[in-house]
Amino acid sequence: MNDSLLRRVCRSPAVWPLAGILLLLAANLALKPAFARITILDGHLYGLPIDVLNHGAKILFVALGMTVVIATGGIDLSVGSIVAIAGATAAMIASHGVTSLPLIVGGALASGLAAGAINGLLVARLGVQPIVATLILMVSGRGIAQVLTDGQVLVIRQPGFDFLGNGFLLGLPFPAVLAMAAYAVAWTIRRRSAAALMIEAVGDNPAAARFAGLATDKIRVAAYVVSGLLAAVAGVMMAANIGAADSQRAGENLELDAIFAVVVGGTALEGGRFFLAGSFLGALLLQMLTTTLYNLGVPPAVAPVPKALLILAVCLAQSDRTRAWLSQLWRRSP
Amino acid sequence: MESAAPLLTVRGLTKRFAGVAALDGVDFTVRPGEIHALLGENGAGKSTLIKTLTGVHTPDGGEIILAGAAFRPRSPRDAENAGLSTVYQEVNLIPSLSVAENLSLGRQPGRFGFIRWRAVRAHARTVLARLDIACDPEAELGSLSLATQQLVAIARAVDLRARLLILDEPTASLDEQEVAGLFRIMRQLRTNGIGIVFVTHFLEQVYAVCDRLTILRNGRLVGEHAVRDLSRLDLVAAMLGRTPEETASTEKTTRPQRSEEPLVEARGIARRGAIRPVDVAIGAGEVVGLAGLLGSGRTETARLLFGIDRCEAGEIRVRGTPVRLDSPRAAIRLGFAFCSEDRKREGILPHLSVRENLIVALQAKRGAWKRLSRQEQEALCEHYVRALRIKLSNLDQPIATLSGGNQQKVLLARWLATRPELIIVDEPTRGIDIGAKAEIEQLIGSLRDQGVAVLFISSEIEEVVRNATEVVVLRERRRVASFSGPEVTAANLMNAMAGGHVPHE
Repeated sequence: MNDSLLRRVCRSPAVWPLAGILLLLAANLALKPAFARITILDGHLYGLPIDVLNHGAKILFVALGMTVVIATGGIDLSVGSIVAIAGATAAMIASHGVTSLPLIVGGALASGLAAGAINGLLVARLGVQPIVATLILMVSGRGIAQVLTDGQVLVIRQPGFDFLGNGFLLGLPFPAVLAMAAYAVAWTIRRRSAAALMIEAVGDNPAAARFAGLATDKIRVAAYVVSGLLAAVAGVMMAANIGAADSQRAGENLELDAIFAVVVGGTALEGGRFFLAGSFLGALLLQMLTTTLYNLGVPPAVAPVPKALLILAVCLAQSDRTRAWLSQLWRRSP
Repeated sequence: MESAAPLLTVRGLTKRFAGVAALDGVDFTVRPGEIHALLGENGAGKSTLIKTLTGVHTPDGGEIILAGAAFRPRSPRDAENAGLSTVYQEVNLIPSLSVAENLSLGRQPGRFGFIRWRAVRAHARTVLARLDIACDPEAELGSLSLATQQLVAIARAVDLRARLLILDEPTASLDEQEVAGLFRIMRQLRTNGIGIVFVTHFLEQVYAVCDRLTILRNGRLVGEHAVRDLSRLDLVAAMLGRTPEETASTEKTTRPQRSEEPLVEARGIARRGAIRPVDVAIGAGEVVGLAGLLGSGRTETARLLFGIDRCEAGEIRVRGTPVRLDSPRAAIRLGFAFCSEDRKREGILPHLSVRENLIVALQAKRGAWKRLSRQEQEALCEHYVRALRIKLSNLDQPIATLSGGNQQKVLLARWLATRPELIIVDEPTRGIDIGAKAEIEQLIGSLRDQGVAVLFISSEIEEVVRNATEVVVLRERRRVASFSGPEVTAANLMNAMAGGHVPHE
């Protein structure tokens, strides 16, 4: 029983990002033992691991939506721009004197929903290649956000809104709590409904899925809508975190981080099987690396290099060919 | 013609894939100035033979002699250089380039890496004029009709000094006029002394344009004949591996059980380029066969019935009420099921488990939120694994790891789990072993006894005769005959499939 559980964990694709996280943790502890220290202040937890969760929340959200889209055999390059649009929408609504938090947040989420629906319709109904369809919004999205905010960085002053980015719940930063809740909900849906099977079937063999009676078009549209919505959630949080909507910088390159998290987590870009735990750990791994480099004082301009090396290492670890090659070496050496 | 030295001689060619012989000691001869039909049903070995000749596959045995010299191509390019060119149904040129560019692709006239465009265009014009092909050399290849694209591909092959031209199902998607244009050029090439190998499923075309023909079946040579010496009926019998006399005596084991009103009735359903208006009626507890050679429109008819392609004419009634069939989903809601002939592309979800593959259609019918519990799923799977004797190590192994026969059984189980009223099975026994074949036929019989309507599509005549109480025969995308009860005999079906004049006994 124990043995089979262990074996299952080892075979799970989540084991590689997990190994990466542990490795980084060890490196941090060796270089700066203060890393793992968690302090409690006013009933709130502080410390670098908490920061990783907090700042990683945006990647976690976007990676969750990206997981679903990639599982259907697609890709969503527009999530970074949707983050900017959602922030800009919130700021625009607030700047018109609206003080109701549900209205501000609801408007922002609706913008993400609409963006996702456009992506989905382009892909599923018009047959545009996912990479092209979402590239349209990726490129134009920041322009749309600029229009919404009149090209300025709009400051949002609303006490409730600030909580979404900087508040604490159960001693943990609110964004981190919400991100974990989102994964818990996704996991529950996966367990309790047949949605996951349908998504995986569409990604694995679209023709066969359609012939088996699945509404493949609707499933694809739904995947992009979910992705748009989750990107909007990330957008609201980032805007709330800095108390302003920055159409230029918000969510920049976030789509690439999300794709990385999903792929490192074991979900194949061709679609089909997806792994929620893998994406979760993949996103945390990425944030952990960013935080570590920052913590070690690596200049931001150089930071992408170690990041790239790590991505390469994880991808090599996952490749069957490298593994076969390594095991051959292992056997050859006496 | 007999006296001319052969252009291509193939002796004892053998090719194995994973131990299975796809070609088993095949002889094949083409003379210069001859149009030679290469015939056979699916899995006969035609494409393996062509791919071996063009250097895609390396033969495991036998020899190929091209124009008197031993020939061992290592790539299609090798073959092209030796004077052997192939034109596929899907033209393998570059659609985004112009006709002229395609014609000089790979050997553009020019100097220092610059291309002399004027020379390219002039060259294209000469090449096209030589074959009387009316087309603008400046036009983008992809914007032309498929027929013209094929002619361009042929022109390119001729320009490359092809001595032997292989045309692999060039007419499969052409209309009559386009076919006539192609034939004109084929005849012209024949007068120029080029040997042509012509692969087609249309027997009329064999008689219209070919001089000789070679028939393959299951990787073996069945025979080589002059076209005028072989009647259509003998040809079909040879392709299917039966003599008409033999098949006439096949015993019928089905009992006609006609119900008053058909469960499903299609009237004049048609789609351009797929099937001309066809009528099919299937009653509950009845097995209706759809017979015809490859390319006769069998699968196309099934696709219309299952809502995969839309009917452009005609109507489909279920229990007398006209229904709208615009998607497989709609068909499934009406109680239809369709087991595709293309298991790999349209059947299995390769990376998902056997369990998921088995329940997916039922789950789709129930919707995403009414999930079958794990226990229900397992009970269902265990039931069908036992009932259909599916061999597997566990339910969670990916379906792609099962053998073809077991995959097919899982797909049948997928549909049985939805409790269909009509099940369409398209070539359910293709590519599976004999034991599994018999089991699947048994299953179809028991479905009929349970009152399920079955539309049974197969290219094996015996199978159709054994299983169906009524048979509709298609030929060249139209319905040509139908038989019921005692008239369902192999001889009758074969006559209808072959068409033309059939001698009376």
